[in-house]
Amino acid sequence: MSKFKKKKSGELPAISTASLPDIVFMLLFFFMVATVMRQNTLMIENKLPMADQIEKLDKKDLVMYIYAGKPSSRYRASAGNQARIQLNDKFSDVSDIKSFILAERAAKREEVIPFLTTALKVDGETNMGLVGDIKSELREVQALKINYTTRSGSAVDNLK
Amino acid sequence: MARRSAPEVNAGSMADIAFLLLIFFLVTTTIETDSGISRKLPPPQEDQTVPPVLKEKNIFVVELNKNNDLLVEEAPMELKDLREAAIKFLDNGGGKGEDGCNFCQGAKNPSSSDNPTKAVISLRNNRETNYATYIAVQNELVAAYTTLRNREAQRLFGKSFVQMKKDLKDVNYSGNKDRLKEDIKQIQFMFPEKLSEAEPKK
Repeated sequence: MSKFKKKKSGELPAISTASLPDIVFMLLFFFMVATVMRQNTLMIENKLPMADQIEKLDKKDLVMYIYAGKPSSRYRASAGNQARIQLNDKFSDVSDIKSFILAERAAKREEVIPFLTTALKVDGETNMGLVGDIKSELREVQALKINYTTRSGSAVDNLK
Repeated sequence: MARRSAPEVNAGSMADIAFLLLIFFLVTTTIETDSGISRKLPPPQEDQTVPPVLKEKNIFVVELNKNNDLLVEEAPMELKDLREAAIKFLDNGGGKGEDGCNFCQGAKNPSSSDNPTKAVISLRNNRETNYATYIAVQNELVAAYTTLRNREAQRLFGKSFVQMKKDLKDVNYSGNKDRLKEDIKQIQFMFPEKLSEAEPKK
């Protein structure tokens, strides 16, 4: 008779956590695939302005990056308060841009050189004088394709 | 007792290890913002070359002074009105005969631009101008061209210019890509982006 009697237990059964590693691994693989390691350590403030007429730069290996902005607070003592240019991992002068572009070009295959784009990642607070200097240097080395890197958003918000 | 089965490895700490790795990748991930306004710089030129003579009415002067004020044709303007003003200028089509523009829908004002192919927007900025303001103005001017190109692409090919460009990049696009390239060229020829930038004033 007691064969069919169910045991009456008040407590809830413990939730199995056996599938937790699987879930975590799934997330892990997602982030591993989506991760792009930063190439350059930024030594400047880099709050990009906003724009909505933007195009994506999809071929990462065909892009050369030029950063500009005020040195961030750690480097302010040594680099000053004025906006500076950063090429690779160090502060540079306007005159260094030419050699930087030529070095970047030399590292690429010859047939892709016409497609190289220069991405200008310039802080919104920078004066146009510096940007104009960068542009005239780029013109002189025939690096004519440029991209003003921006965040997407309404351009009117830049004025605030 | 010839063989003993291997003891089972406790997999309980697997989750911890995975979490550790997960947190590492979460912290190092930067979803990069690699998009922006693409522009082409003019090639370097010798000083001897004489600039081509343009009619005054075909030039739309946009100036940014050192206080970040916007001056359009020497009159102050709010940034939000710039797009409309640029569209009005480009789409005017005031020319007659050979200079005429048969697709423009503008006011045909004879004292404004003759033809979109002739109209030039001249952007001048000061060395003290803020970069963010400059980008905002660039953005509005590019938007004016895009609006007009979209309109014509819609009329001629039944889809917007932005869509056409997207299709060109799309590997799964089913239509004829060479045709599409020609169509894009045609639209670009109708509204060429003639954005001239003067050397900034000191």
